[in-house]
Amino acid sequence: MAIAMRVRAGSGEIKVLMTHPSENGLRKDAKSGQLIPAHFVKNVVVAINGKNVMTGHWGGGISKDPYLAFKVKGMKAGDKVTVSAEDNTGDKGSVDATAS
Amino acid sequence: MNRHRRTFLQGATSAGLVATAIAAGLLKPGQVLADWNAAGFGATKTADALAAIGGSGAAESKDITIKAPDIAENGAVVPVEVVTTLPNVESIAILGEKNANPLIAQYMLTDFDGTLATRMRMGQTANVRAVVKAGGKVYTAAKEVKVTVGGCGG
Repeated sequence: MAIAMRVRAGSGEIKVLMTHPSENGLRKDAKSGQLIPAHFVKNVVVAINGKNVMTGHWGGGISKDPYLAFKVKGMKAGDKVTVSAEDNTGDKGSVDATAS
Repeated sequence: MNRHRRTFLQGATSAGLVATAIAAGLLKPGQVLADWNAAGFGATKTADALAAIGGSGAAESKDITIKAPDIAENGAVVPVEVVTTLPNVESIAILGEKNANPLIAQYMLTDFDGTLATRMRMGQTANVRAVVKAGGKVYTAAKEVKVTVGGCGG
């Protein structure tokens, strides 16, 4: 299943909000008592006009529905911001946004 | 530069090939980290995680501020913001020192402008630590967050 996400870019800041369970593999299902298998985003890559500005590596310690925001120098209105993500099961997602 | 080399050597000793791969990335600042750091993310102690990411012996820095709640009622979602005035930031790592796996995230950065925010799980009251590599050196800062209800299961 594709990783869904929303990306906003503008005023020198890029914000990403994903929809993902981010299970760390340590939590138990309340009903069955069984461990819930690890399922978390491992890699996040952000590029501006094709140039990498951030590569993020995550563990299961990232909260459910992962959020990331950071400031970057030199981003201008109209720049194409691409965010790509991949989780530990091989699911991927990629979203383009135009900086305002 | 010497400290950087030393950190690299310690990391390589304790974490083997993975640390070597990361060190290879460190030698080319601004480039993409080669691989997800299995030794770092799998470490169960902060000291081991720091060694795996080349953060052992990092200098405490007042140029790094961690913005996080003093008390987090819900450990499942703890907002953390790292703000630094250090120039030439190459990477930022975020750790929860008493989490089952302390290493939460690692970011390699180019043209970074001083602020990075994310949300993390915390199992219990502990220091949130940031490790910032800038200009070939490693700096660190920590802030204690009191957790009312842990968010890591167990």
